[in-house]
Amino acid sequence: MKIIVCLKQVPARDSLLRLNTEGTWIKETDISFEVNEPDIYALEEALRLKESQGGEVVVCSLGPARAQQAIKEALAKGADYALHLDDPAFAGLDSYGMARAMAKALEAEKPDLIVTGLQSDDFGAAQTGVILAELMGLPHATIIMRIEVHGGAIKVKRELEAGWFQWIEMPLPALLTIQSGINKPRYATLKGIMGAKTKPIRKLTIAELGLSGGDLAPRQKISRVYVPEKRANTEFFEGSSKEIAVKLVNKLKNEARVL
Amino acid sequence: MPNEILVFAEQQDGKITRPTWEAVAAGQRIAGDTGATVSIVVLGRKSSALAPELASADVAGVLAAESSVLAEYTPDGYALAMGEVIRSRQPQYVVFSHTYQVRDFAPKLAAALGAGFISDCLSYRKRDTKLVFVRQVFQGKFNADVEFTGNPPYLVSFQAGSFREDSVKRASTAAPITTTSIEIAPDKIRARPGERFREAKQAVDLTQAEIIVAVGRGIRAPENVDLARKLAEALGGEIGASRPICDGGWLPMDRQIGSSGQTVAPKLYVALGISGAIQHQVGMKGSRSVLAINKDREAPIFEVATYGVVGDLFEVVPALIEEIQKAKSR
Repeated sequence: MKIIVCLKQVPARDSLLRLNTEGTWIKETDISFEVNEPDIYALEEALRLKESQGGEVVVCSLGPARAQQAIKEALAKGADYALHLDDPAFAGLDSYGMARAMAKALEAEKPDLIVTGLQSDDFGAAQTGVILAELMGLPHATIIMRIEVHGGAIKVKRELEAGWFQWIEMPLPALLTIQSGINKPRYATLKGIMGAKTKPIRKLTIAELGLSGGDLAPRQKISRVYVPEKRANTEFFEGSSKEIAVKLVNKLKNEARVL
Repeated sequence: MPNEILVFAEQQDGKITRPTWEAVAAGQRIAGDTGATVSIVVLGRKSSALAPELASADVAGVLAAESSVLAEYTPDGYALAMGEVIRSRQPQYVVFSHTYQVRDFAPKLAAALGAGFISDCLSYRKRDTKLVFVRQVFQGKFNADVEFTGNPPYLVSFQAGSFREDSVKRASTAAPITTTSIEIAPDKIRARPGERFREAKQAVDLTQAEIIVAVGRGIRAPENVDLARKLAEALGGEIGASRPICDGGWLPMDRQIGSSGQTVAPKLYVALGISGAIQHQVGMKGSRSVLAINKDREAPIFEVATYGVVGDLFEVVPALIEEIQKAKSR
């Protein structure tokens, strides 16, 4: 089985994010980045499938030079090689543009299965995977909590709202977006980290994909990013822990009336 | 019709779902602001049976699009059918609720139409003749104004609770219903969906709890969950958690609150070390009072908090337990 994992690098969860001077995105300098959390689960699922079914795992990531770090992490965990879509023309793409570029890069790979996280922790549109499936002519399912392979088909457990699930069967090749919590992701071993150094990372520019800027033209644009207005009536409590506790108990008793 | 807003109605087992009405409310509001008309489209094998309920809304019409392949939801079937409807009617906007089903097929639909889709919006603003859509980014730390480029149709989905079901305008006379049959070859449907099911019966019903103490990543280690449990005991409440805690097995899945867990509305909701990502807020924002304790002042949970403490929960919670016990013994 040839499994592609699409993963994205996003600002680390604990980063203190600041807006850029134009107020159109965050300042990407001075923060650390990490692999988008749902994509880590997707990678783990791909590695487990490789272990049970045989085959190879290929990482595909679109992003600037820093994304190499995310790619290397995936290679260290056991992916076999990587495609890194890196071109100044890829900056600021919307979900459609990213999916279009990846579709072009992945066609030649002839994958049996493509997995990716259900959404990214940055823009969080939850669209790129599904659009990629459409552009590649593949069936798909989203928010997946289990994958079973049965010959040339898969049976997947799709999460629905409020604790409901559904099994879905579909032929391969297919694309799945993976829900966080589907598995327990592994850590890279020292041996894996050493081994990753010799694994190929193929860089692909927009020209190498045979695309032009017009092909990736965004269908939506962000005009402004800003701190949301806080609900005015949040009452904050300060002081020592004891002082805070005393004030809170007073509120819980006399305002919230739960004591 | 270039001046039409089309609202997608979601059904589950032959019933119109609650988020549908929120989408109708959104569509009516946008129509009012843009001078457009609203129509509702509902898909199914016999979706005309659901049309009369939808026709009670103050809309220009209800379109029941029917096909035998639409008996069950599949992304292929829904994207093809909606694509057909949109191509023939050419609406300006197509409005959805951001449900799991919409997440599953609307990006595919947009890509097939060559259309833009701004997903998971909170609201919109009118700027000149254009609409600017507001959505959360970076897990709710910031908001972004997003606008469409290019030509309609424009697809937009709104987060649960962004528009209120009870704000749907009703009409005294039922809107006209049109039934149309859509040709989709059965072999176009590649996925075979099974029955919906629930895992082992929900042992805990948090929806009825009056007080809930919920823990998030800020609790740091499974053994620390005991601290939250003690607070819950002192308050006489139930313990709940955000998704990562249940994913990690620190608390069972039936304690999970949020879009994939339970939706609760207690008198008091205590959020300990919960950042308050959208998916969590959806499950608790109906709480009457919310006390949030978090070390990060920028955490989105404070946007829905009545009482906020920016600080170390490992210091504040023990003190709080002590004071609650004192207050109770008085």
